[in-house]
Amino acid sequence: MSAPKTGRSPSGGWWRARLTSRDGQTTTGRTLRFEVPGWPGHRPGQHLDVRLTADDGYQAVRSYSLAAPAAGETVELGVQTAPDGEVSPYLNDVLPIGAEAEVKGPLGGWFVWTPETRGPLLLVAGGCGVVPLMAMLRARRAAGTLVDPCALVCSVRAPGELWYAKELADPTGTEDLRVLYTRQAPPGEERPAHRLAPDDLEGLPASPETRCYVCGPTGFVEHAAALLQSRGHPPGSIRTERFG
Amino acid sequence: MNQRPAHHLDGNCLAGPLGQVLTLDPTTAWWTCPDCRTASPVGRLHVYGPEPGLTGRCPDCAQLALRVVTHPGHLWLQLGTGQGAFRFTLPPSPS
Repeated sequence: MSAPKTGRSPSGGWWRARLTSRDGQTTTGRTLRFEVPGWPGHRPGQHLDVRLTADDGYQAVRSYSLAAPAAGETVELGVQTAPDGEVSPYLNDVLPIGAEAEVKGPLGGWFVWTPETRGPLLLVAGGCGVVPLMAMLRARRAAGTLVDPCALVCSVRAPGELWYAKELADPTGTEDLRVLYTRQAPPGEERPAHRLAPDDLEGLPASPETRCYVCGPTGFVEHAAALLQSRGHPPGSIRTERFG
Repeated sequence: MNQRPAHHLDGNCLAGPLGQVLTLDPTTAWWTCPDCRTASPVGRLHVYGPEPGLTGRCPDCAQLALRVVTHPGHLWLQLGTGQGAFRFTLPPSPS
């Protein structure tokens, strides 16, 4: 993966973006792909801002995580429809394929991971918080055989709420993928439905040099980060991204 | 004594607003809390909103680190607990 180029974006940092595809992930989650001419590339974990402008000039801006490593001028977002939301329901259910919006980015250099980063990797996602972590996992897979252990723990309410189910069902050699159900477990699941608990992290890398990334709703992130610290992960090794 | 509000985001979300006036990524900049001396990147700050007014606080003691307020055409930035604020004029939006 190459580092983002230092190209200048037009118009105060806003790029023109055309919606090219929209796929369902869950009942309320969608994968949106935009073609962004001139996009300079990005690193896994970064996000971008989407700006929509109404006919009367009213503008709304929201941040969304990039779900895949850089791939030319195509960017992939994971958008969860927010109850009573203003922008996400429009993006997920109304904006026509081929329509244009504006995006600004790539944004954020702290919550990022690249395959050049050595050491164990521990990814912990709550619901659609898996989106930026999926960009990291996909980048890791694209980089080929990696010897450092990698784990992705996904906490979801019910079986239908798991994003990227097909991809996650096929882990590669050094990956440890765990799906935890908090409200309703699928038939045959031995673990009763409950929130993330210490036992759920049993056997995962716990060395101080492990890089931990946690993304999800605020309550989940607080809980998961506290659990990680109780396992001996230094606060400085835990990077978090909350979405309210 | 700082009062810590209930819900917050991470300093990562300041990348967009501050990126309008800074040429380097602000989330990797380090900040030392003048109160508890915690040193952390801006990406670790606890950020309270909602937009267009965002307040970044120390992740350990909630000391005020910065305030960002965006208006159409302008961005106001207050650093720390000092008086006054910087006002940046933003480039016009594309029509």
